[in-house]
Amino acid sequence: MAHVTGDWNPLGQVFYRKQEIYTLGWRDIDLDKFVVAAAPYGGPVALIRDETKLVRVQGSIRPVIYIYTSSGREISSIRWNSGHVIHLGWSCSEELLCVQEDGSVLVYDIFGQFKRTFSMGTEAKEMKVRDCRIFNSHQGTGLAVMTSSYRIFMVNNVDEPRIRRMADVPGLDAPPSSWVVISQDRQSRVLLARENDLYLLDHGGQYSRQLAPVSQQVEAYTEMAVSFNNKYLALFTNTGLLWIGSSDLERAYCEFDTKCPQRPKQLAWCGTGAIVGYWENILLMVGPGKDYVKYNVDSTVHLVPELDGLRILSNYSHEFLHKVPSVVECVFKIGSIEPGAMLYEASREFQNGSPKADEYIRMIQDRLTVAVDQCIQAAGCEHEPTTQRMLLRAASFGKCFLSDMNPEPFVRMCRTLRVLNSVRDFTIGIPLSCAQLEQLSMPVLIDRLVLRRQYPLAIRVCQYLKMPEAEGVSRILAHWACYKVQQTHVDDELIARSINEKLRDTPGISYSEIAAKAAECGRTELAIRLLEYEPKSAEQVPLLMKMGRDQLALAKAVDSGDTDLVYTVVMHLKEKLTLGDFLMTIRNLPTAQSLYLQYCKEQNREMLQDLYYQEDNFQESANCRVMDSYNETRMDERLRNLQQAQEAYTKARNEFAAKVTEEQVRLLKYQMRLEEELKRPYLDLSLHDTISQLTTEGNHKLAEQLRKEFKVPDKRFWWLKILTL
Amino acid sequence: MAVSAVLGPKLPDLQYLKRLARDQLVHLLESLPGRKDLVIDPDLMTPLDRIAGASLLKQHGVDKIFKLERTKIHGGCDQLVYLVRSKLTTTKLIADQITADIRDARKRKYKIIMTPRRLQVCDMVLEHEGVFGLVSIEELHLDLIPLDRDLLSMELPQFFRDYFLHGDQTWLASIAKSLVNIQSLFGPIPNIYGQGRCAKMVADMVDMMMSELGERQSPIGCEIGHLFLIDRDVDYVTPLCTQVTYEGLLDDIFGIKSGSVEFGPDVTGTDKSIKIMLSGEDEVFRAIRDRHFSNVFGFLSAKAKELQTSYDKRHNLKSVQDMKQFVSEELSNLKKQHKALTLHIGACETITKNKSRGDFEEQMRTEHGLLEGVDVRECINFIEESINRQHSRTEVLRLLCMLSSTQGGLPSKDYKSLKTQFLQSYGTEHLLTLHNLKKLGLFVEQQAPDATANKLTDKMAAKLTDGMASLQLQLQLPKKSQFRAVSRKLNLIPKSAENFELRNPNDMAYVFSGAYAPLSCKLIEQVLQREGWTGVEDIAKLLPGDNFVHLKAKSAKGKASGSNPDSDKIVLVYFLGGCSYTEVSALRFLGKQKGYRFLVATTALVNGGRLIESVSGWK
Repeated sequence: MAHVTGDWNPLGQVFYRKQEIYTLGWRDIDLDKFVVAAAPYGGPVALIRDETKLVRVQGSIRPVIYIYTSSGREISSIRWNSGHVIHLGWSCSEELLCVQEDGSVLVYDIFGQFKRTFSMGTEAKEMKVRDCRIFNSHQGTGLAVMTSSYRIFMVNNVDEPRIRRMADVPGLDAPPSSWVVISQDRQSRVLLARENDLYLLDHGGQYSRQLAPVSQQVEAYTEMAVSFNNKYLALFTNTGLLWIGSSDLERAYCEFDTKCPQRPKQLAWCGTGAIVGYWENILLMVGPGKDYVKYNVDSTVHLVPELDGLRILSNYSHEFLHKVPSVVECVFKIGSIEPGAMLYEASREFQNGSPKADEYIRMIQDRLTVAVDQCIQAAGCEHEPTTQRMLLRAASFGKCFLSDMNPEPFVRMCRTLRVLNSVRDFTIGIPLSCAQLEQLSMPVLIDRLVLRRQYPLAIRVCQYLKMPEAEGVSRILAHWACYKVQQTHVDDELIARSINEKLRDTPGISYSEIAAKAAECGRTELAIRLLEYEPKSAEQVPLLMKMGRDQLALAKAVDSGDTDLVYTVVMHLKEKLTLGDFLMTIRNLPTAQSLYLQYCKEQNREMLQDLYYQEDNFQESANCRVMDSYNETRMDERLRNLQQAQEAYTKARNEFAAKVTEEQVRLLKYQMRLEEELKRPYLDLSLHDTISQLTTEGNHKLAEQLRKEFKVPDKRFWWLKILTL
Repeated sequence: MAVSAVLGPKLPDLQYLKRLARDQLVHLLESLPGRKDLVIDPDLMTPLDRIAGASLLKQHGVDKIFKLERTKIHGGCDQLVYLVRSKLTTTKLIADQITADIRDARKRKYKIIMTPRRLQVCDMVLEHEGVFGLVSIEELHLDLIPLDRDLLSMELPQFFRDYFLHGDQTWLASIAKSLVNIQSLFGPIPNIYGQGRCAKMVADMVDMMMSELGERQSPIGCEIGHLFLIDRDVDYVTPLCTQVTYEGLLDDIFGIKSGSVEFGPDVTGTDKSIKIMLSGEDEVFRAIRDRHFSNVFGFLSAKAKELQTSYDKRHNLKSVQDMKQFVSEELSNLKKQHKALTLHIGACETITKNKSRGDFEEQMRTEHGLLEGVDVRECINFIEESINRQHSRTEVLRLLCMLSSTQGGLPSKDYKSLKTQFLQSYGTEHLLTLHNLKKLGLFVEQQAPDATANKLTDKMAAKLTDGMASLQLQLQLPKKSQFRAVSRKLNLIPKSAENFELRNPNDMAYVFSGAYAPLSCKLIEQVLQREGWTGVEDIAKLLPGDNFVHLKAKSAKGKASGSNPDSDKIVLVYFLGGCSYTEVSALRFLGKQKGYRFLVATTALVNGGRLIESVSGWK
């Protein structure tokens, strides 16, 4: 094996190395003929034929967008039959953004499924888009377009596009020399160069002219690049000068004369420590100390800046150019006397069965903890599993001599590396570095696996990392199920069964979500079948209603015993159906009906009568009338209500009640007469009280009359007499 | 604790519930910063006292406190917090008040706190009235309020009307939730028994809610061993009876509201009313609350004498040291007891005055007659006379319902005649009340086996003298009256009602002067004893609704999981639709007899009067 430091190149005080991470799987792809868009964090790569170059067209004239993994495995392709694509790019959730000339942005997932579209505004539509930048904003992925009138429109988050117009640059009537988006302090600004003038634009309509940072006289800034973390900026001038400084132009680190006035094909930062320019056949890396490294390339390449380095895609290979991390340098630098290097040596000697191992260990005895730590960290920075293994072996060897070493970092690194190695595998093709994973976080990585439909791997990762089921395995299973229901060629029954088999006792699974997905795909039957597995009625009902299965929704709501749900459905039905149909629907479900009756009693008494009428429930109808009668103040209304009640009672075959109401009508009339004659209140007294009052007042004759009229029994009458006298 | 040593297994501390509710209320109040006025649902006034006093509310920014009424709210702050039961009527009232404010161009911030939970239908009303956008709605999970160490109440008297009369299941979820809360505080309850349709639904909902929460192993283990859910319609007779235990009488005569009672001037002997909290913490009250009334006065006078001797101790205090000790330790306690004693003696006098009312004796005789099923005709006559004499409507209805419930309905003729008389006395509007009672099965007509028999009975009854008629009644009753059958099977009526030992009772029936032991409590006793319904199926068959039982403790795991060893003796009885103080007393007695400790939870505390009033068709 070649020595580890073989591919190291010094750049000032530090080393850079370029490692091949994949031999690309694609065949017959000449990057020269394509526009390339690669997502950061080892994401997918999209290719579309470069229309500015002449190629022999084979087959269809329609362009095709190919989507590959970082390892060059084709994931999908999109036959483009929409407008002219200006720019391709990826959002942070790995959605492909295709920016068209008319300012509309079409969003696809990595499988080439259309997801949504949004527009960059009418002005962009009318004036046509001529250039576009996709950048990381504080809210997500941002997108800025420049129209042919040189106005810039920007959205900060493509998931919730809110278009902002950037300030106009005065007197800009030709394409700017270069422009770039800098996103800092929760704000995205545009840095634009008009020849040798620099302008900083924000969306508040403000622009500020920046002082020229370059010490020499230049005519134009022809290229600029912002580092991954938005802190550093590189400017390239028409004189071949490369300026490196902070993105606010406050500080300059160096000016480097490339002696090549031709603007580079691509200018990109390698992490935060160096800037790489790409000209025909040459890659030039310049550090902030005016140091440089030159690499020759033999085919067209595409540079993908990463958090901690730069990925270089060529026709055949995929390389990673990055600064050699200091821990790795400690361990592997030739002649290093760092404890990590000693421990590594010791471990190698030990494996060779050489007593020198002991010597080395003795040398670093008091710094063994540091040594172990360095080896662990260094393992994390290595791409090759064999090197990782050797470093970890050294770390574990060193651990043997320590009694109180915390095993946690070692175990965690082993786990992380195992996950990283498995996603770096050619078939998956996500070449993440340890630092990138730390930034991206494990849940996001799992999401990305899910996005690639690598369900088994995602589940295994979750299980391996012992993630809680609810946020790990069951979430993935839910995604899997949602994917499954979209397979329209498979039978409903089969899908429902297979989903249930896999998901059966996993906690935290929401069947309703899956069913909602199925419904979205127009598979109502499947959705209903899936909903049957949903234990929470509160989840079932809204979806059933949405799918128009109101009857079923109502039945489920009633079964749940949750009255809120029942009300929701009942009210929904009432709005949707004609009155007759509505009443017919709820009559079969007593719970729903009684709830609705309760509601009507307070809110809608007319409806109440309708309901009773429909049910032939004359008894209740009559009761209701009696109640109404007593709530009325106008006498004729009261009597009318009572008479209606009497009729209803008769219909209900409640002769007793009918008779009583009839008597009450008579009594009321009697009392009215009394009031008129005697000018005293009698209304609403009971029969007994009326007679009793008359007796007290000495109107014995009237009392006697009432007694006869209403056939008051003797017994009562005499009690009354006794009590009143 | 000495008390628990005497009373057996220790009860879980119910005060947790109170603290939880209070914290939540404070949180809700604080979420609206600044001064605000609080408008309280009249239904919640007394229950709220149990949770948070006025001073606590003031501490958290409440300026003025209003009662929710039909009137407008004048003046006050520009922030208004409504604390209400989630009911249509109250929501409508609030909507009206807000609309009135809008009409007066008054700008206020409104927050509605609904308890025990927010209801969709209330939102709908607010929407309908066009004020939904103006209010923020929160919920306060105020379900079971601890009224005593062993007594919990939802204070939701309308549940009885809403569920049993209207079949409205809205509150069931809240009841289930209250049980879930209990279980999350005191651990899952392994054994669950139930009787009734509502009980079954609640148990199912609790099951579902618990499974949604997941199998969380609660750190407390389980403190409650058994849960008994019982529907009120299983036993209507017990709450209808006139209560004769001390606490029951206090409720019947003075009315206990959320565990406190207000004594008027006739009790206090001054011209002021005094409101006291009735609880087991009060030593005197604890000793007399469950006693038969005849046994209270003696105790109180003995206690008074005892107090006097304690006071007298001060005459023979020898040293300054002794005196200091007496003053600092005993005196305040004595004074407190003295005060309580005076009040209870006053209350006893008022009760005695009430009882010596002319026909009280006769009324009791009637009730006992109905319970035992003897001299029913005389009973009917008494009720009829009460109607004719315009006695309290509620009292009469109570007796009517008792008559019907114990006899399994009334013969058609009596039914009609009593109804007519009743309406003549109290007004036709009570047609609705009677209808409601019929719907509940509280006051019903006997279903004649067939028409001819009915006619025959009519004719015979007309010919026969009164005494014979009652005989006739009895002859046809046993077939009909389920109460009679259950009563016989559960042995509810003691053999010897005379010389029944009331002083040191050995039978639960003492709570009704030895005439009757509460059906509900006897049923609970039987089921607990048998750990299920086996052996009492024939009784259960006669009761409305289904019974069920879930036993989990049988598995060895349940026992071993470090739960409180006493938990097996702790029984939570949940009355759905209300329970009476007499039933609480009976359960306490049963606990002492069999070594259980009962926790009683209920939707509301009822007595015959309130039960009837709550379903009155006319308000």
